[in-house]
Amino acid sequence: MQELDQFRDNARAWLEHNCPASMRTPMTEDEVVWGGRNPTFKNPDSKLWLERMAALGWTCPTWPSEYGGGGLSKEEGLILAEEMQRIGARSPLNSFGISMLGPVLLEYGTDEQKLEHIPPIVRGEIRWCQGYSEPGAGSDLAALGAKAVLDGDDYIINGSKVWTSYADKADWIFCLVRTDFDVPKHSGISFILFDMRSKGVTTRPIRLISGASPFCETFFDDVRVPARNLVGKLNDGWTIAKRLLQHERTMISGFGLTSGRASRGALAATVEGAAMKYRGDTTKLSDAVLRDEIARYKIDSEAFAFTSRRSMEEAKTGKGPSATSSMLKNYGCELNKRRYELLLQAMGNQALGWESGDHTDFSKDELRITREWLRSKGNSIEGGTAEIQLNVIAKRVLGLPEMPIAAQKKGEK
Amino acid sequence: MSMVLNEDQMMLKDAVRGYCLTNAPVSVLRYLRDQQSEDGFSRELWRQMVDLGWAGMTIPEQYDGFGFGYGGLEIVLEETGRTLVPTPLVSTVLLCATAINLGGSEEQKSALLPAIVKGELIMALALEETPFHNPTRIATTARPQGAGYVLNGSKQLVIDGHIADKLIVVARTAGGQDDKEGISLFMVDRTATGVDVRRTLMVDSRNAAHVTLNNVQVDEEALLGDLHNGFIVLEKTLDIGRIGLAAEMLGNAQEVFDRIIDYLKQREQFGVLIGSFQGLQHRAAHMYSELELCRSAVRRAFDELDGAQEDIPILASIAKAKLSEVLCNISNEGVQMHGGIGMTDEFDIGFYLKRARVAQVLLGDATFHRDRYATLSGF
Ligand SMILES: Cc1cc2nc3c(=O)[nH]c(=O)nc-3n(C[C@H](O)[C@H](O)[C@H](O)COP(=O)(O)OP(=O)(O)OC[C@H]3O[C@@H](n4cnc5c(N)ncnc54)[C@H](O)[C@@H]3O)c2cc1C
Repeated sequence: MQELDQFRDNARAWLEHNCPASMRTPMTEDEVVWGGRNPTFKNPDSKLWLERMAALGWTCPTWPSEYGGGGLSKEEGLILAEEMQRIGARSPLNSFGISMLGPVLLEYGTDEQKLEHIPPIVRGEIRWCQGYSEPGAGSDLAALGAKAVLDGDDYIINGSKVWTSYADKADWIFCLVRTDFDVPKHSGISFILFDMRSKGVTTRPIRLISGASPFCETFFDDVRVPARNLVGKLNDGWTIAKRLLQHERTMISGFGLTSGRASRGALAATVEGAAMKYRGDTTKLSDAVLRDEIARYKIDSEAFAFTSRRSMEEAKTGKGPSATSSMLKNYGCELNKRRYELLLQAMGNQALGWESGDHTDFSKDELRITREWLRSKGNSIEGGTAEIQLNVIAKRVLGLPEMPIAAQKKGEK
Repeated sequence: MSMVLNEDQMMLKDAVRGYCLTNAPVSVLRYLRDQQSEDGFSRELWRQMVDLGWAGMTIPEQYDGFGFGYGGLEIVLEETGRTLVPTPLVSTVLLCATAINLGGSEEQKSALLPAIVKGELIMALALEETPFHNPTRIATTARPQGAGYVLNGSKQLVIDGHIADKLIVVARTAGGQDDKEGISLFMVDRTATGVDVRRTLMVDSRNAAHVTLNNVQVDEEALLGDLHNGFIVLEKTLDIGRIGLAAEMLGNAQEVFDRIIDYLKQREQFGVLIGSFQGLQHRAAHMYSELELCRSAVRRAFDELDGAQEDIPILASIAKAKLSEVLCNISNEGVQMHGGIGMTDEFDIGFYLKRARVAQVLLGDATFHRDRYATLSGF
């Protein structure tokens, strides 16, 4: 215990000294640092902050230090997170490498693969994208058809992926491919890594309803990938794929945490703050109906935060996330969607603008909320839809019997 | 009371449907948005709609209208709601023509209504002053000066404000904040000195504007209805507007629902049609049931408009509250049940979601109308 207190003191002092003041403010979407070969830093302090944190491995605090991670215990990791939250420190680096690929590579990768890929993830040097979904394989992910055929020391990959977030900006892809067509669908899938600069890879950005183009169609035309880039055993990719999804779902469930008591301040940092501001209320929200709904939402999100914390503490005794990640993912996403619907009610017409042109009808913050509201609709689709999470809960957590037809056709991802 | 469409109305429905699908599909709104059209609607299409008689349906024959009644407009609004085609129907026909018809003098009616029927006049109601619908919170002032008035104030969310030839401005001539008494209506040329109108770009790519009135002088004839007593005309006008918007929202909801059902019958996952999953079936069945209630609420309100006109306020609040709530849910389901493709701009479903939220708040959202329903019902 004493050691942990000591760690807390040290971490606090280090953060106090090293976290730039501008990195202690809420972050807008375009300020998120994704790293990669061509990183963008809206603010030079973000670069400094990333470098300082990466030097300690604190971008990935609990990953082993032999691969560049922070080497902290779960307890220490939680303390660090608390201390960062205490001063409102931004996450120095956000990436699919950290939230999705890294954990499964550490679990299933060879030592060579870890040495090659983990340190660049920790330092934010390589940005990854996720090549899972295909036009015909969304919820039924295991129906995927992109194929890899062995040719000497390489696999030749052909096919296409869709909804690949940031494929046009990513350096590498972790990709599910079919390596055996003659076995049941889950048994012929492999998990493979390759460079997006490889010959034969093309991407086409797709615009979202919120206006931006963060996801893509991704095409593979005779892409040559060294066979050593296959992770885990040949045709055993489904195990890794599912494991990664649990990590992804845990990450996405964090969307439900943005609204905790810690975040106060800027416009609409809290829903109640926005609701009062737009009504000119000072001490009490005058719209009783909205007040009740916001309170209900806040109570749910507080209880959700406790649950998320409890599940983290439980996981430290076990083997990382489990099927309960589906519960967290689904609940967290619904909370985030509720939050934005409430913000719309809180702000009235001011939340329904699109562009301000030369005028000042809508502030930047207001326009951002409108777009984020639209983007939030995707939360219950990405990382497996709400319906799929509920199916996973019903089957894997509750052990309910499968529907007769579903039993024949066999399961979700 | 008639809860079903009569034969004339059924024929009209087919005709309007056919017209919208061929001439005014949802790609029109997309085109206007992508071209950054300044008008925000197609004058050419509006001309065709005028030729079809849509602008004059509810206007009495003595003012060159067709006196078809509100039941005709109900159909037109629902069908244009299905394709989201922007028209000045709500601003000009539903709101302003109604206000003129209800409150105008003989001269005002004969000067303006025939021009609306012919599509020569576009009008807009300048009402809201806060981010929330509140028809009594009027701070815009109209002070007597000589034989006329001077107007000062600012208005937001004025539908079609920037394309209107004339505005009906809701102003305070007496009373204090939130008083019903002391509200008066004035007709103001958009190009009059002191009037500044600029478009506000909304999430639904439909028309709205911000209007500022800076010492705008109008003469006596600009007053619409009685001095200080404008609220009576205004409230009835708003109710007709709410009922009309509910019809548009019904079209929106029905179209999204139909698209969902089509998709459930067409998209396969796990080797079966996704429509075979009970989790989706039950939600579809719920939506269907709610839509049935919505259709009845809209039909009942329009039936009353063409009939005794006794219960208009409560029927308007029933329709607008119900549609605002149900459309909110259906528009969300529209995205959710389509999965990833539902999140893309290339797909149309997002346009319906965007229009839904704006239509929900126009002339009062669900909470506003539930509250009003309670008040009207005496609890
Ligand atoms: C913003 C965003 C980002 C994304 N990023 C990525 C990415 O980076 N990489 C990647 O690989 N993919 C990504 N995706 C894709 C995402 O994982 C898929 O969209 C998702 O898994 C759903 O697949 P689908 O779109 O094919 O929908 P479908 O599977 O066709 O689903 C359509 C509807 O049917 C429902 N349904 C399907 N099966 C069942 C069932 N058994 N029971 C009940 N209902 C069912 C679904 O829930 C949904 O409502 C992203 C998606 C979004 C929206």
